[in-house]
Amino acid sequence: MSRWLSIADIAEKVQSGELKATAMVEQAFKSIEQCQKYDAIIATIPERAKRRAQELDGRIALGEQTGRLSGVPFIAKDNFLTFGSETTAASNILRGFEAPYQSTVIERLEAEGAICVAKANLDAFAHGGSTENSDFMVTKNPHDASRVPGGSSGGSAAAVMLDMAPFALGTDTGGSIRLPASFTGAVGLKPTYGLVSRSGVVAMASSTDVVGPLARTVEDAALVLDVISGRDLLDGTTVNRDPEPYTNLDRATVSEFKIGIIKEYMGEGVDHDVREQIQSTVEALQKAGADIQELSLPSLDLALAAYYIIVPAEISSNLSRYDGQRYGFSHPDATNLDQSYNWSRSEGFGREAKRRIMIGTYVLSSGYYDAYYKKAQQLRTKLIEEFNKAFKSVDFLVGPIAPMTAFKIGENTNDPLKMYLADAMTVGVSLAGLPAISVPVGLDRNSLPVGMQLIGQQRTDRKLFSLAKEIERLVK
Amino acid sequence: MAKLTREDVLKLAQLSRLKLSDEEVLRFQDEITEILQYVEKLQSVDLAGVDPTYQVSGLSNVMREDAVYDYGVKAEDLLKNATVAEDGHIQVKRIIE
Repeated sequence: MSRWLSIADIAEKVQSGELKATAMVEQAFKSIEQCQKYDAIIATIPERAKRRAQELDGRIALGEQTGRLSGVPFIAKDNFLTFGSETTAASNILRGFEAPYQSTVIERLEAEGAICVAKANLDAFAHGGSTENSDFMVTKNPHDASRVPGGSSGGSAAAVMLDMAPFALGTDTGGSIRLPASFTGAVGLKPTYGLVSRSGVVAMASSTDVVGPLARTVEDAALVLDVISGRDLLDGTTVNRDPEPYTNLDRATVSEFKIGIIKEYMGEGVDHDVREQIQSTVEALQKAGADIQELSLPSLDLALAAYYIIVPAEISSNLSRYDGQRYGFSHPDATNLDQSYNWSRSEGFGREAKRRIMIGTYVLSSGYYDAYYKKAQQLRTKLIEEFNKAFKSVDFLVGPIAPMTAFKIGENTNDPLKMYLADAMTVGVSLAGLPAISVPVGLDRNSLPVGMQLIGQQRTDRKLFSLAKEIERLVK
Repeated sequence: MAKLTREDVLKLAQLSRLKLSDEEVLRFQDEITEILQYVEKLQSVDLAGVDPTYQVSGLSNVMREDAVYDYGVKAEDLLKNATVAEDGHIQVKRIIE
């Protein structure tokens, strides 16, 4: 495994002819091959990737400009529709599914010369925080193969940290980019809700699902966001992007930053080493001149409860499309339509998907709707108000990504509620649609990475990168 | 909240179009009860009069021109994943005897 140059450098050197796109793709496949034991990859896309690389090299030889990501290999979580491989969302029910079109983000990356080389493992349908819920295999943490990489974008995060490609795409519904970034030491951005198109991405919970990059550096993540963000006719929930490039990370003056530490995220229940790493990073920021204060957002303590009502409700609705008729697994022995629905879904969905579908069905049933679903959406309003109030006195809120570092494979698999607690510090941001980034700030006693969560107001993704880059510099 | 009964879980499964094994029913009785008991934390807060928030994009009624756009996706591409497709249609099991 060899480390990649920065994304901008690769693209520049491929464009100038100093490096070949074909060689970049070869390097990616070599790394993927060498790191098979981590089970980060569900499928590779060799033919299409090599063909596209040859085309790029040919166009460059003719003097053409091939884009800002020329010859840069990348890996997509397997819930992005792509050509050249199946798209399974790591679920048995989608085994064999061949996408009739590609996700908007894949199209945008390809239009700038990037090359998708593989599809990464995930918790099936992105339901989980450890990648153990994949119907196919469990991805291992690159720092310690007996531990999980976090989830649900665990394959994407592991792939980046194993140098399989310079960046990977993930999705984040309640922490699925940030948590694996934290557990593996990657940089992972959950953009503002609506900033990146979800057309061609397997839906989980539509009111919080976002698409974002995982990379080794803030600069690389910013360049990817710059390419994939902005309105899309195919996704009516997209918003306008920042007119200024997300890569314009003018050396921020830390002394101008007002930063709030979230009190609810630093209490008991948070691992000692995690708290210490966050604390010492905050002190470094303070020393660099940042104005630091502690803020309380009391509704955050209830965010997880609201999340595990709202999200299963949306999942039960979104997953009703898997009916064994239009696409996906269809039970061969069914003799009537009802049987076909019931048997196809029962055999095709894993335990976690079934659990979430039924919880969603329960909270949406008449008689329970007001007590659960409506109440959760009211809590959401209160939470947003508390965030708004906090952002009147600070520019950013910070805290850990999770109360713990990467846990052992199998440690939480028989206790779904305990597994859900890994999301406790990431779901609040999702319910409010805010941008947040995980930046690696240190290691715990077992040399496992600790990620710090930086949170901004909606559409301040660029500013968030500036702070992240300063932290990257400070903790080096 | 009381523990979900076997009948409760079977009813949920039926509404969800899922057929569960006996082992799954037992397991879900415990697990779903535990999760519902956890989310009941919300009942402790007074949220009377607070408007619910269903989406956070700040957008409403996104319109586009009522026109045909060509995205290069053909009907046969969309049908190739169907279990049974014939003459440009998806065929399902007989519903009316």
